[in-house]
Amino acid sequence: MVGIVDYGVGNLFSLKSSFKYIGESAELVSDEKSIIACDRLILPGVGAFGDAAVALKETGLGEAVKKYAATGKPLMGICLGMQLLFEKGLEFGEHDGLGLIPGKVVAISPLVNGNKVPQIGWNSLIFTDSKTDIYKNTPNGEFVYFVHSYHAECPIEYITAQTEYGALLTASVQNKNVIGTQYHPEKSGEAGLAILKSFCEI
Amino acid sequence: MITKRIIPCLDVRDGRVVKGKNFLGLNDVDSPIKLAAEYSACGADELVFYDITASFEQRKLFAEILRETASNVFIPLTVGGGINTIDDFARVLESGADKVSVNSGAIRNPSLIYEGAKKYGSQCVVLSADIKRVDGGFRVFAKGGREDTGIEALTWLKNGVESGAGELVVNSIDTDGVKKGFDIELLQMVCDVCKVPVIASGGAGSVQHFIDLFKQVPQIDAGLAASVFHFGEIKISDLKKELKENGINVRIGRNYD
Repeated sequence: MVGIVDYGVGNLFSLKSSFKYIGESAELVSDEKSIIACDRLILPGVGAFGDAAVALKETGLGEAVKKYAATGKPLMGICLGMQLLFEKGLEFGEHDGLGLIPGKVVAISPLVNGNKVPQIGWNSLIFTDSKTDIYKNTPNGEFVYFVHSYHAECPIEYITAQTEYGALLTASVQNKNVIGTQYHPEKSGEAGLAILKSFCEI
Repeated sequence: MITKRIIPCLDVRDGRVVKGKNFLGLNDVDSPIKLAAEYSACGADELVFYDITASFEQRKLFAEILRETASNVFIPLTVGGGINTIDDFARVLESGADKVSVNSGAIRNPSLIYEGAKKYGSQCVVLSADIKRVDGGFRVFAKGGREDTGIEALTWLKNGVESGAGELVVNSIDTDGVKKGFDIELLQMVCDVCKVPVIASGGAGSVQHFIDLFKQVPQIDAGLAASVFHFGEIKISDLKKELKENGINVRIGRNYD
């Protein structure tokens, strides 16, 4: 069973629907016991890093996600959920993330080569040398849907794909069983569903 | 590189997609759920659902349609129409919308933009404006383009971005429904002053109009249209192929035919 951590941030309807669509049972989970019991876990999130970090802390679900990650079972953060996996976020002040992947989340430099912030739209994946199972059915250059004003700065060995937006931005990351996508696979059409399916097959 | 987006807009009334010319004389087109799935399959980058119903009962039907669509179509879904309070944001987001488009509701209560952005993030708030030339200037119209608010359009959009709108839909009433091309002059002016993504709306009648739009206003992020897609005059898969052949960066899928 895929668990989707429900800590009161964001719209989980599409995410839940997308797993159902690919034939995987997915449930919202909001207590430590159910989180640890999941076979796979999704950490979603939209909005601001600080608010979400506070919500994870106050509900105790941040700690639960860390305990889950320590079991070695697959965890995937999506969008802000990916950003929360890092050590620090620099959105409206400095906030602690879960620290499951070394690095920090910084603002996209505005108007590099005329690009607008936030980046909203479909951009292509540029794979790095770090391989990840979530792309086993995904070609290099695949288009996925991004909505973000911040991105992760981390050692290249954790970056599995980048995307070109004025500069190279971090599109996806992995540290052992902890995976993150800056883009929304649940909003990336067939391409995104293939990535979710691969995650379910890890 | 980020791609230019093609966005079909579905005006929904009584559970059906309708399309009028210059906002009047609505024609029945098709089931929104069916159309949305078709558009997604042939390469639409995003969908806009516009709720043009008024009654509470119809609003419930619209929410059901939205849920059904969001359960089967996995591209971004923007919902507008009847968004007057922050509770309306919650109502459509819970039914599967990703972004909320405000128009008349923001004219009546401009703080709605800020409230929406604060609660759900700027990326969730799309400011949509119906704009028309009046006395040599550009004015914002309310109530589906029927009422001149007297508000100067560029100032309105600029203030909207400052209040937290993460994206703009610029609909030209002058070009809407007449299929003679997008309002290049207006769109260029908006792109010059607003540094968030801008979606062009109103006037698409042919593939060439989309090519002209992206060539003549390179800062434009997306082109939105309704009837040319609904009545099959332009197939989205063909449109994207032709855009690509004309050097415009668009998302071409593996099998979007």
